Amino acid sequence: MSRASDFHVLIIGGGATGAALAHDLALRGFRVTLVERGEVTSGTTGRHHGLLHSGARYAVRDPESARECIEENFILRRIAPDSFELNDGLFVAITEEDEAYLEPFLEGCETCGIPTQVLTREQALQMEPNLNPKVRVAVRVPDGTMDAMRLPLRFLATALSNGAVVRPFTEVVDLLRRNGTVYGARVRNHITGREEDLLADVVVNAAGPWAGRIAAMAGVDVPVRPSPGVLVAVEGRWTNMVINRLHPAGDGDIIVPQRGLSIIGTTSWVVEDPDHLDVPPDHVRRMFEKGAEMVPAVGHARLWAAWSAARPLVGSREASTGRELSRTFKCFDHASEGVEGFVTIVGGKATTARAMAETTADVVCRKVGVSAPCRTREVTLLPHTAYYDLLTTQGF
Amino acid sequence: MRRKFRVFRYKPGWSRHRYETYMVDLPDTATVLEALIHIRRDQAPDLTLRHSCLHGSCGTCGMRINGRERLACLTPVAELPDPITVEPLYNLGVVSDLVVDVPAFYEKFTLIERPLLRRSEAPAQGKPPEGIPAFTRLESCIECGLCLSACPVVATDPYYLGPATLAAAWRLVEEPRGKDPAAILALVDDPHGCWRCHLAMECSEVCPTGVHPARAIVSLRAALSAAPKTLSQEENPTHA
Repeated sequence: MSRASDFHVLIIGGGATGAALAHDLALRGFRVTLVERGEVTSGTTGRHHGLLHSGARYAVRDPESARECIEENFILRRIAPDSFELNDGLFVAITEEDEAYLEPFLEGCETCGIPTQVLTREQALQMEPNLNPKVRVAVRVPDGTMDAMRLPLRFLATALSNGAVVRPFTEVVDLLRRNGTVYGARVRNHITGREEDLLADVVVNAAGPWAGRIAAMAGVDVPVRPSPGVLVAVEGRWTNMVINRLHPAGDGDIIVPQRGLSIIGTTSWVVEDPDHLDVPPDHVRRMFEKGAEMVPAVGHARLWAAWSAARPLVGSREASTGRELSRTFKCFDHASEGVEGFVTIVGGKATTARAMAETTADVVCRKVGVSAPCRTREVTLLPHTAYYDLLTTQGF
Repeated sequence: MRRKFRVFRYKPGWSRHRYETYMVDLPDTATVLEALIHIRRDQAPDLTLRHSCLHGSCGTCGMRINGRERLACLTPVAELPDPITVEPLYNLGVVSDLVVDVPAFYEKFTLIERPLLRRSEAPAQGKPPEGIPAFTRLESCIECGLCLSACPVVATDPYYLGPATLAAAWRLVEEPRGKDPAAILALVDDPHGCWRCHLAMECSEVCPTGVHPARAIVSLRAALSAAPKTLSQEENPTHA
């Protein structure tokens, strides 16, 4: 049996997925280099609303993703203490139609193993006095808030401490290929302006919504659909719990409190190029309107920021809004298409990045014939500040 | 709208920085950060800058915009006159273009092992559900370095702990969370600690999240003055 330390894995993409994968592979003993074209977490990762998912949003229509979320939610609480505002979440029914969704919702949660507690209007208003007083019923679930950048930084910090190399501002310009095998990447360092070849036994494409572009360099197609959504942050912390609309997934169905802000999300459409995202003004207005249906005060709160982020969903070319696509993830070993040494991981959510990494690292192990168990369920992550301490020693 | 940007450019090995001018077509609601991302995408692929959350929570896109420390993601282009000059933060050392030496920030900041979570103060009337003793939230300081860049003392005293570190220290004294406030007070009770500040107030002026480091520094001084046995006149000549 080969040893993990005999192999070098190159990870393309410094988002949550690449960060968690660098951590997983470094713990298993691989030599790891991660490259990111900009600052780490500058693509999709840093831009999400910061929800530590309970999975309840997907319990009815996307149970696979819901199960992944709740399992990872509890793992992350253990391995990343002091990272989350653990104030739980509420699914609130405002209309009769919402209330009709209660039964399938509770059933779905039960099937997926998501703990719930049904609350009366009075109980919900006691916890969150800024809720719409028309609230009819609420369900408590184990949602939380994370810092969208600082959690992945903890994965990266721990990876660095286990010997991984992280290179921000380093863009892949081409993949190195010979006889149908990918054996590395040509990268350009945007700080020095120099190009160099990084050789690797396995190259992992963790470029999120840009994964299609990287895969094309290897001559393979991955079914990733960049699906942007608009998010709106308003001034003021109007709730402590995450507030979700008790309703099938739709626009403006969540308010995530974070620090002194409340973040309303989100819309969903599909684009070809994740480098061309706009923030349609009508989407911003819609976030205020829909958010105010759950928490009226956010409708009058001052706009703090409005932005777009592209989800890297796995799905068919026919997808039109992105809502119909599952939030689960897929790992592709492109050997099945005749390309060796090249793996793509796409889909998923910030909450499930560790699981995505575990699946991908298992594929890497199998490809190179290494038997090394995953340890990321147990190992406590270093604080985010350690990332910068350790990066210094790499000559940032 | 078509706007003119003057962007500070520097790469390791250059004898000195220079300014490049870029014309950019932008939607009316665009922020300076969106403009810079457009410039990098369409005109200057080697332009390096830091960004992540796009809503003032990560603290990575701090820079000087028309001479003032701002988060680029929270700065609408429409409110600025042409040309819009964008430069890296002061006092941390420039690595490349708009990227400063972030590890230098954390070198001092991590002296205070302040937890990331704190008590939530709003909305005040909310009662946590069973099993949650008190609502918590992430600390307001987003470690953006704007206060360090704006502080005139940081510019002249390389040993000064600086406004971000002192604000973090005050948060621990104010809400110890199991840590020892006396040890923190001892750390800041130094000629290069909380006594070094001369209340220019620039830190509080530029802070994008209302941390108010100047008030924290004054509060640390008050706490130390209330506990005179930790003080010595010789060690703290400014504390007359």
